Amino acid sequence: MNWKFFGVFVVCLGLFPLVWPDPYILSVMGSAGIMIIAAISLNLLLGYTGQLSLGHAAFFGIGAYTSALMSLGFNVDLGFGITVQVDPKPVWAAFATAIVVTAFFGWLVGKLAFKVRGAYFVVITISFAQVMRMISLNWTDLTEGPMGMISIPPLSLWLPGEGVVNLTSKAEIYWLVLAVGVIAYLLVAMLVKSRQGRAMIALRENETLATSVGIPVTYFLALAAVISAAIAGAAGGLYAHTVRIIDPDVFLFIYTVTMVIMVVAGGKGTLGGPVVGGLIFGLMPELLRGVVQPEVQWVIYGITMILILLFLPRGLVPAIYDFIAWVRTPIAIPVRESKRALSAGAKS
Amino acid sequence: MQEILQHTVNAMVLGSTYALLGIGLTIIFGIMRVVNFAHGELYTLGAYVAYGMVALLNLDFFSSILVAATVGMLIGALIEFAFLRRKDLKNIDEVMLIMIGIMIIMQNLELMVWGGVAKIIPTPFSQDPISFGDVSISPTRLFVFSIAAILLFIFYLGIERTRFGLAIRATFQDQDAARIVGVNVKAIYTLTFALGSAMAAVAGALLAPMFVATPLMGDLASLKAFAIVILGGLGSLGGAAIGGFLLAFIEEFGASYISSAYRDAFGFLVIIIVMLFRPQGLFAAKERVG
Repeated sequence: MNWKFFGVFVVCLGLFPLVWPDPYILSVMGSAGIMIIAAISLNLLLGYTGQLSLGHAAFFGIGAYTSALMSLGFNVDLGFGITVQVDPKPVWAAFATAIVVTAFFGWLVGKLAFKVRGAYFVVITISFAQVMRMISLNWTDLTEGPMGMISIPPLSLWLPGEGVVNLTSKAEIYWLVLAVGVIAYLLVAMLVKSRQGRAMIALRENETLATSVGIPVTYFLALAAVISAAIAGAAGGLYAHTVRIIDPDVFLFIYTVTMVIMVVAGGKGTLGGPVVGGLIFGLMPELLRGVVQPEVQWVIYGITMILILLFLPRGLVPAIYDFIAWVRTPIAIPVRESKRALSAGAKS
Repeated sequence: MQEILQHTVNAMVLGSTYALLGIGLTIIFGIMRVVNFAHGELYTLGAYVAYGMVALLNLDFFSSILVAATVGMLIGALIEFAFLRRKDLKNIDEVMLIMIGIMIIMQNLELMVWGGVAKIIPTPFSQDPISFGDVSISPTRLFVFSIAAILLFIFYLGIERTRFGLAIRATFQDQDAARIVGVNVKAIYTLTFALGSAMAAVAGALLAPMFVATPLMGDLASLKAFAIVILGGLGSLGGAAIGGFLLAFIEEFGASYISSAYRDAFGFLVIIIVMLFRPQGLFAAKERVG
């Protein structure tokens, strides 16, 4: 994707609320945007380092919970007579803390899980998400358990002339999500085009070879995990402050699966992939909502996923590039065909 | 002491079904290198088939387990035939994602057919527990344990003593060599998947009367099956059986003596710890994992 196209695309998205200020559409676009940010973060791990993390919803959830807890304040007894009390912090500080905390968890999981590969890595990441879900369900002093956390304050912004405004209208939330999304996209784009990114891609292509030319495997995998987790945490924080209610269901496996579907369908290891896949699979439920019941929606999700894997294993974005390249290629008639055509012409 | 004995009995019952679940997943992974995310859904399918047979068709409980096994086997063979035969699907991650797709489809079909309400499977056994000294066990649980133990024993004999078992073991060790000496590897694949699915379905049909059948029960079952297999070491059949019992003991004693709310979390914590210190699993043969 070239920069000119990217700029036009972002400007179009930015003008969208002015052209079509329907609050319902904007809120759908907003929540699709949050999932796209999460998908962008997963793509860094899955697409560029080639590690399938099926616990990515954990980072999303940790981000959401951290941001909510910091902005609401909490007072929790850790046992052994130690209590931790945190007064409500401004939302932007809570949001920043959420990013730092998830980045730390990304480092931790990366450090531990990257000792193994393949199916083993997948199982560790799933287990991590499950443990997080259990904690959010059962540590009721901290997380309110299955009741979830309510009345989470919205994000606010200082605007010249208007002072501090709470971002609560659908259009404001939409722009906020768009802004974070663009930052996440640019961050990943810069990273994968840098020396570090090339090292990650080298690891994906051939780990043994990459190690043998001196690329420190663990360092780059942990780096990818930290950045990926931080972006997912930011998406989670955005979710907490825009939906303003969270419960332990944010850790559900199905959310990880949704992110994976978005990345794989769009094209893993391409910058545009998660965006395209995220738009399709983020908006599909809304298009199907009036037509079929939710279970059928999920069945369609599953079928689409399998079909894409079977017939477009590299995803939509590479397929589109291939198509463009195919259209632009001048049609070459095979020699035998052209001879036959010539001789046929000579006879008639 | 009596309390510990009682927990041991409970853990043995739970462990026997976990072992079935784990072995089903292990033969599929060991032979086909497929991480079968649909395993838990086949387990759910088994539970619902048993429910449908007993509650709706008035079939007796024992035959319903047989029907569940047969249905599980057929669906397993169908999945293998339809999705896993393609030559271009070499990448383990892609196959894993296809299995996740199948999982989503099966789970939501179950939700559509049965609704979200939990179903209770009636059994012909009385509710009064049988007491052995200080320890008591409900007849249903005793039955579940016996059937599971018999199946595990039959499975062991089948693998160790029959020609078919020999072919499976050969494919397990080295596919190409097995093909050279005349093993029909394709047929072994289909049979393996069918067999593993049937074991999951039986585990579901056996466990559901102890608890209840819900469409979402498969999620946790899949993850626990992974836990069991990881504990035992991916691709070790004996390890999977021991892993099943081990997980049941960890859960039972963890829930009784540490925290019952975190019952399901203990298994996952143990996986993470095992992965850190012995990533090849507790009983696995040598295999490169990192």
